[in-house]
Amino acid sequence: MTQIVQMKGMNKYFGKLHVLKDIDLSVEQGEVVVIIGASGSGKSTLIRCVNGLEEFESGRLEVDGQALAPKGGNQQSLAEIRKEVGMVFQQFNLFPHLTVKKNIMLAPQKVKNTSQTVANATAERLLERVGIGSQADKYPSHLSGGQQQRVAIARALAMEPRLMLFDEPTSALDPEMIGEVLDVMRELAKEGMTMMVVTHEMGFAREVADRVIYIHEGQIVEQGKPDDVFDNPQNERTQAFLSRVLAH
Amino acid sequence: MDSQFQFDWQAAINSIPFLIKGIPYTLMISFGGLAIGFALGIIFGLLSINKQWFLKWPATAYIEIFRGTPILVQVLFIFYGLPDLIGGPIDPLTAGIAAIALNSGAYISEVVRGGVQSIDKGQAEAGLSLGLTRSQTFWSIIWPQAFRRMIPPLGNQAIVSIKDTSLFSVIGVGELVRQGQVYIASTFTAFEVYFVVAIMYLAITLSLSLILRLVERRGLASV
Repeated sequence: MTQIVQMKGMNKYFGKLHVLKDIDLSVEQGEVVVIIGASGSGKSTLIRCVNGLEEFESGRLEVDGQALAPKGGNQQSLAEIRKEVGMVFQQFNLFPHLTVKKNIMLAPQKVKNTSQTVANATAERLLERVGIGSQADKYPSHLSGGQQQRVAIARALAMEPRLMLFDEPTSALDPEMIGEVLDVMRELAKEGMTMMVVTHEMGFAREVADRVIYIHEGQIVEQGKPDDVFDNPQNERTQAFLSRVLAH
Repeated sequence: MDSQFQFDWQAAINSIPFLIKGIPYTLMISFGGLAIGFALGIIFGLLSINKQWFLKWPATAYIEIFRGTPILVQVLFIFYGLPDLIGGPIDPLTAGIAAIALNSGAYISEVVRGGVQSIDKGQAEAGLSLGLTRSQTFWSIIWPQAFRRMIPPLGNQAIVSIKDTSLFSVIGVGELVRQGQVYIASTFTAFEVYFVVAIMYLAITLSLSLILRLVERRGLASV
């Protein structure tokens, strides 16, 4: 199998704080990896390193066969990597001055020089796919949170990424809208998209993940098939974390 | 001492044709200066938020110098001081436009800096994560949003600068106040003439406020 992401001995600091400690992790093509852990454990930082939104201090990182250098190194591969990696944020980060459709068309037109006609058709197709074809000409602020996050997914998909990163995609949503976003992600996983998902949705993790990774204080403490991690965690810190989040 | 003063409407009306000749100068200095000031504001405002110290420091120095000294001193320096340096006279109109440009440029730099910094950093992250370059991210995502937020303070600066041009009567540009002074020298109707001058400034600034309010409403309608 092709490996899309490879991390070897990766370390990351915020000042003196050691946020990622000797991370070894690889993600295979088509694999859905769900990363769980407490707030501040470094799980968001981990996926933000994959597309260079965070720099790391030491170790090796390869994304889709291209090495991304540690801080201070040659970052030439970054532009190519970002074209291949889509990202969905907790706060959606849609562009408020552009219509929904223009949000989706922007990157293909600017980065890939896709023609207006093609970009337009792609945007319409993707909006249908995430179930909001009728909202194309509205501005993001006129949409519900769930709809906005689905637009954000469509926007990332418009670049035809090889890998999708999800950084707590449902954490800012009202409870009744979480389902519609998870449905889109579930579909995406079914179609074979490679995904790295940071989430607190344990039900989603159990159902959709090929592998669950538990991070504690910047270290991968446990990983495995969802059933193994959730039903039979080996590490006591995983046990403690799961008993807290699964209790309610 | 009881005042026998009566407002002389005829004197006020008579002064209008002469005073009105000052308006083109007032407008030319204001808007000529503001146009250049806007360009300076974009350049120095963006430089002042640059991480490179050799870009940031000169920009910050410019902003602090022109915000921290009176515009009257600035225009006197340009008109009377600079000719010593460049070895030739500067005409009053040019000096006035230069003073408004440099002065408003410093304030507009701060408006630009504030506008750009007010945009959530998630916007830049979204742009970069989609593969846009830093400059594409800035000009197609950050700037349009920042500019919208800059419209009210820019309008404010325009009004301040229009009023500042009244100080340039000291270097003899035939703007509104200068016209008033010249007129009063022969008619001695100070009250009436300055009253008309004030009304003319008000007409200019109120029209501008009105236009800005319309622009703002249109700009905000889509967000």
